[in-house]
This record gives sequence, C-alpha cells and structure tokens, in this order.
Amino acid sequence: MTARWKFGLIAGLVIAVVAAAIYFPILRRRVRRAARLQQQSEEQARRELTQPIVIHPGDPRVKTKLFWASDTIDATLVPVTVELPLSNDPVVRSKQVLNTLLAGPVDAELRTLPPDALLLAFYLLPDGTAIADFSEALATSIPSGIVSEQLAVNSITRTLEANVPQVQRLKILIHGQEVETLAGHLDLMGTFVVSTNPAQPPVKPAPTPPSADKSASPAAAKSPTPAPGTLR
Amino acid sequence: MSLLGGVMVSPSPAPSQTQQPASGTPSPASPSASSSQGRAAGPVASPFGAQAQQAGLNIVVLDPAHGGTDPGARGTGGMRESEIVLDFVIQVRRALELQGFQVVQTRQGNENPSFDDRSATANAQRGAVFVTLHISSTGLPGTVRVYLNSDLPAVTDSNGFIPWDRAQAPFLGLSRKFGDLVQGYLTQRFRGSPDAAQTASVRQLRTTAAPAIAVEISSVTVEDRAELDRMAPGVADAIARGAAAFRPSYVVANTPGALP
Repeated sequence: MTARWKFGLIAGLVIAVVAAAIYFPILRRRVRRAARLQQQSEEQARRELTQPIVIHPGDPRVKTKLFWASDTIDATLVPVTVELPLSNDPVVRSKQVLNTLLAGPVDAELRTLPPDALLLAFYLLPDGTAIADFSEALATSIPSGIVSEQLAVNSITRTLEANVPQVQRLKILIHGQEVETLAGHLDLMGTFVVSTNPAQPPVKPAPTPPSADKSASPAAAKSPTPAPGTLR
Repeated sequence: MSLLGGVMVSPSPAPSQTQQPASGTPSPASPSASSSQGRAAGPVASPFGAQAQQAGLNIVVLDPAHGGTDPGARGTGGMRESEIVLDFVIQVRRALELQGFQVVQTRQGNENPSFDDRSATANAQRGAVFVTLHISSTGLPGTVRVYLNSDLPAVTDSNGFIPWDRAQAPFLGLSRKFGDLVQGYLTQRFRGSPDAAQTASVRQLRTTAAPAIAVEISSVTVEDRAELDRMAPGVADAIARGAAAFRPSYVVANTPGALP
C-alpha cells in the first residue's frame, strides 16, 4: 500500500470517527424522545381506554373542592375550588372528581397521587359504601412512607366527602384485588370513613319540617363520629 | 424465653407455645404467618380480676420495618429504608438497655417477617411496648414524626375475645400517652417535628396488643446518608427517655391475656 493510500485510509477513518461523534448524541436524543413519546401515547391511550371523563354538556357547572397537598412542608391538605360540569349521578360524579384529582394540580409538587395512577372502576352500594379500584401504579409509584400514604388516602376521602354526599365509606382496591397496605405502611384491609353525616339519597329529598330534623338520626347523633379517612 | 448475650431476649416462642393457657386461663392468641382472620388477641378482662398480680413495663419490642425483598423507601445513592432502620435499631437498643429495659427485635438481619409475625413477637410478651421504626421518602429532612393507630372500634366475639385484627383497640389510650411522650423528646432535639403524636392507619400497629407507636424519620431523600446517621443517637435517646417516662403509666396485670 502506497503512502497516498495509507493517508487516504487514515483520513477516511478520522472523518468517520468525527462524524460518528457528532451524530451519535443526536441519534441518542432522538431515540429517547421517541421512547418518551411512545410512553406518553401509551399512557394517553390507557387513560382514554379505561377512564373516559364523562362530561355531559347538560351537566351543571358546580364549584368542586379538590384536596391536594398544601405548599407548606407540614404534610397537610388544602381544598382547591374549581368549577366543573358534574353529573347528579353519584357514581359518575365520583369518577369525575377522582379523575380530576388524579390529573393533579397545576403545580405538580402538590400532587397527592402518582401521575400514572388510574381509576379503573368505581361502584357505590346502596348502604353508601363505595369501592374504588385503582391501577397498580397507585401502590407502586407513590412515595413510600406513612405520611405520604396517609396523605394520598385522605385526599381521596376528603374530595369524595366534599363533593359526593352519598358516599359514606370507601374501600380501596388495587387492580381489582384487596391488598394489605398501600405501599408497605397504610392499612387498606378495612373501609375508610368518608362522611360522618347520615347517608343521603341520590335524589334530593323532600323538605322536612324543622321539628323533624332533631329526631331524624338519633343513632347517628349518639354514635361516635370518626374523622374522615379513619379506617373501620 | 432465653437470653442472648445477657441482654437480648430471643424472639417470641413458637405460636403453638404461646397459645397454651396458663393455669387454665385463656391466653392471648398468637397468629400464624399467613392469615389473621378469625383469631383473637386476648380476653376482655382477666378472669382473676382483682387478685391478679401487677407487673410493670420492662420490655420494648423494636421493629426495624421492611427487610428481605421489601427494601421500603429508596433514596439517593441506593439508600434503603430496610437497611437504615436496622442500623438505627442498634443505637435505640443500646439506649433502652441503659434505661434498664429488655429489648426484643422483630428481625435481626435482612429478613422480612409478616406484619402478623412482628405483632406476634410483641403480643407474646407481657409488660411490653412496641416501637416500629421507619424512614420516609417525603417530609422535611431532619424531622421525626410519631404515629399511633387511628381510632379502632373495640369489638369482642361471643367468648369475650378481641379479634386479632382489632388487637390494638384497647391500648389506644396508652399508645397515645406513650406516643406523645416520645414525640415530645424528639421535638426537643429535631426542630420542625410535630408537638404531639399523630394518628394514621398504620397496618403494623393494628394487630399489636400493647402500647404501640410508629416512629418515622425524614427522609431517604437526603443527599448524604451521614445526615441520617447523625440523627440516630438523638432518636435513640428520645425513644429511651419516652419509654422510661411512660413506665409509671403502664401497670400490667400479671395474668396472661389481661388487658389494661
């Protein structure tokens, strides 16, 4: 091989290495972006498939209280009032408010529930017991710890209490199964108190005379009133 | 009950042993590892009534949470809650022994006993309190919070036994007192911690038939593990002082299965 050929070969190799050094980072960025877009679109597709947020144009827009974390560091919840079109049907209404809660506040730092968690199903029994079935991400993506897990459950129970008076207590399932804890700490074997008021029927009841109010629920008045979020 | 190294009390006897009644007395039931349904934690009252001898608090059951395949909270640099609490427990045990307590641990190494097994370790002791140690993944770093179980409805079955899954119910008042004492000492050392113990539905506490608290330290998000390690002596001292201060409040009927 002549010196000219050797020079040409080396020069070609150098050019190839330089080109690769420039191109590979660009390629890596593109691959990452494509993967992220695919992940987002899969997530979006899952959301659309499993939990369409049903909004009927005729639904009245009502002020809805959603409980997210406060911007202080004391692990408390604060109500944020937003105007949403909400159904009068308690099951549809519960799905609407929980899906909005899951969608999260404007400031992602104030989230109480993981962004990839989904509400898979929601049922309401005649006695006021609600069953909310969440995807596994609720358990696997939540920050592990007593304070964060209790905050998550409290944000769910207090949001239901504020917006769906028919829900008296809540059972949380993960992917259709009863589980012992949310993420290693918080007990999910019982039902959580949602409302300390007597159950309200879905349809607005007829007005009752003021004298009847006092004797309307003597048992409820005598029974202890556990705080919302308490496990029963 | 055997002694290890003169101070360490061995974990609880096998469930079959703990279920043996003493002198014909119904004893606290002890769980198997699998299911807690249909079991009982203890009778409502001692059949010996006023004749029962009294004993005091002398054992602290320490529970380093998680372990085995369950690392608990995971932080920066591969920090694992299950490993950190095991290191904390060494210092807490030392501080408690200096106060004259016997210490029982629910795990010694990287095992992961079930919630029921851990409770069984505590429920097999008499005159004991239970402390489960956790490191959170949120919260203001450098603070410590004490939790007791949320209010539980106290129920008994037709034989007067308390169901296993409600074992904590009769002890909630004592747990509150114990928790407030420990939280008070912790808050003196760790500014920004709450003034009083808080309530939460902590699974581990529900099946524990003793004054029981969870101590949660913030947090695994610290950049340097040394920041957490520096908290260990203060946490240990506060728990030991809290237990010592609680001692006069906890008089235990010296009858197996008797409730406070």
